[in-house]
Amino acid sequence: MLKKVSPFWLAITLAFLFYGVIQLLISTSILNPFYSNTLIFICINIILAVSLHLVIGITGQFSIGHAGFLALGAYISAIMTMKLDLPFSLALVAGGVVAALAGLVVGIPSLRLRGDYLAIATLGFAEIIRIIFLNIDYVGGAAGMQVTHATTWTTSFLCLILTIVVIVNFTNSRHGRACISIRENEIAADAMGINTTYYKVAAFVIGSFFAGIAGGLYAHNFYIIQPVNFGFLKSFDILIFVVLGGLGSLSGAVISAILLTVVSTFLQELPETRMIIYSLVLVMVMLYRPQGLMGTHEITDYFGKWKWKRIKGGNQYGG
Amino acid sequence: MEWLQQLFNGISLGSIYALIALGYTMVYGIIKLINFAHGEVFMIGSFTGFYAIAFWGLGFFPALVLSMTICAVFGVLIERVAYKRLRSSTRIAALITAIGVSLLIQYVVIYIRGAQPEAYPNVLPNRTLDIFGIQISSQSLLILLVSIVLMIILQFVVHRTKIGKAMRAVSFDPDAAKLMGINVNNTISATFAIGSALAGAAGVIFGVYYTKIEPLMGIIPGLKAFIAAVLGGIGIIPGAVIGGFVLGIVETVVSALGFSLWRDAAAFIILILILIFRPSGIFGKNSKEKV
Repeated sequence: MLKKVSPFWLAITLAFLFYGVIQLLISTSILNPFYSNTLIFICINIILAVSLHLVIGITGQFSIGHAGFLALGAYISAIMTMKLDLPFSLALVAGGVVAALAGLVVGIPSLRLRGDYLAIATLGFAEIIRIIFLNIDYVGGAAGMQVTHATTWTTSFLCLILTIVVIVNFTNSRHGRACISIRENEIAADAMGINTTYYKVAAFVIGSFFAGIAGGLYAHNFYIIQPVNFGFLKSFDILIFVVLGGLGSLSGAVISAILLTVVSTFLQELPETRMIIYSLVLVMVMLYRPQGLMGTHEITDYFGKWKWKRIKGGNQYGG
Repeated sequence: MEWLQQLFNGISLGSIYALIALGYTMVYGIIKLINFAHGEVFMIGSFTGFYAIAFWGLGFFPALVLSMTICAVFGVLIERVAYKRLRSSTRIAALITAIGVSLLIQYVVIYIRGAQPEAYPNVLPNRTLDIFGIQISSQSLLILLVSIVLMIILQFVVHRTKIGKAMRAVSFDPDAAKLMGINVNNTISATFAIGSALAGAAGVIFGVYYTKIEPLMGIIPGLKAFIAAVLGGIGIIPGAVIGGFVLGIVETVVSALGFSLWRDAAAFIILILILIFRPSGIFGKNSKEKV
């Protein structure tokens, strides 16, 4: 009987079972607000990690400006709810759409660059976005903007499931295979007739869209958002999730996002220690295991029966 | 005369960027790595100078030399510990490591001494000279002179000495250089030492000029110096100097026009424009990538 259930629906069912259990625990106050908040934070970080995974891990475009799209999503959705009194769900979508548009605007010119140059250009774009918000008085400038607390476990979990479903399906589609071929060798992919610019921009736009959604959740999980929250360090935080998990492994990104969020929650009192651990992890992983925890493997690869259809490829990142 | 005044200020600022950019461009030229930790070497240089002046009572020049020496050692250490193993790995792995090293240095310094800023002691006599109707502080004149002298020394080292010749050979083709009997490892270390020493000097000069230093001060000047290097054509030494000066002047002009909060954005906009329209920089040649 189990064999007839497709792995996709099995995973979805399991996910919602998990959601139900947690929701029950939250509504019966067994999980206190500290833990439920950590869970929400884990969801947001997973969305960020998975959206960057699509850009770096699948398409091989080294973007280190993800915090810029997060900032756009956060500010746009905060403006929608706080200034225009629109519902939260609409604000989330708007944040995502605006971030995706920004991804398109940023992506088309900058994806002609490759490697280091693209990295530094995306960093520059993220900084420009941050400086723009710093200079707009409408959103409070450096002092920041007040936001109501609207993110709940339900919304963040739904967004998480949506993100993962879209990105897994994208990766396993024809477009995803084209993206992987670009990661493996862009010039060869181009020679095989793949429109590399189109796929790179597509991955960039989808990645930015979900970063924008995460931004909306992020903004509404705090009482205030400030431009300083979206600097380089935020981009590097997200980068570490993807790198530690394994460039090219979605489940790796998810696992490392969970792991590092839990670690950093417990080190909240000691921000310096947290950053020292983060950076040491980054350096050690690159020196001794450059492919990350999971390499390009997925966790489902280890359960023979449930193996999701996916493409195996060479590992560009050493190993 | 107002614009002449601004031009001079821009050149002073630009000389600091140029000194840091030289290190970026030399390292990039030789191992094709954006050494993100270079901004942190600059920060370490600034702090070394600060402690030398404030606690050991050294003058400006001894502090400058001390800070350059310590930074040279520090730069070589970073290369040996973190980057050496990565020579054969992918560019992205090297870049991520550089980011990691940069964060590590910043937060180790914060861990040791706290994040509070420090006021740089006044070591240089500060008189205002009136030249051609513009107000020039003797301090900024001296700083500019020091930078220019260092750049001339660098030019001499690169073009007239054996190690300079080796550096140029390795940056042209490491394998062929090795076949010709050049010790590639030592040459790369020498490049890191020279580049880091210049960043250390820039750190002391920055401290004297802006009178405030802090552990995270390396990020923004480091990035801007990188922009300067890209602007001039990365890997090209005179390009880094020109790029530094251009960036300094543009920033000062943007500030003078009343957009001082947009100063950092201007630098990044320049970066993106140059990357889109002329990725090889002002002095660079275009080259096609082969399969």
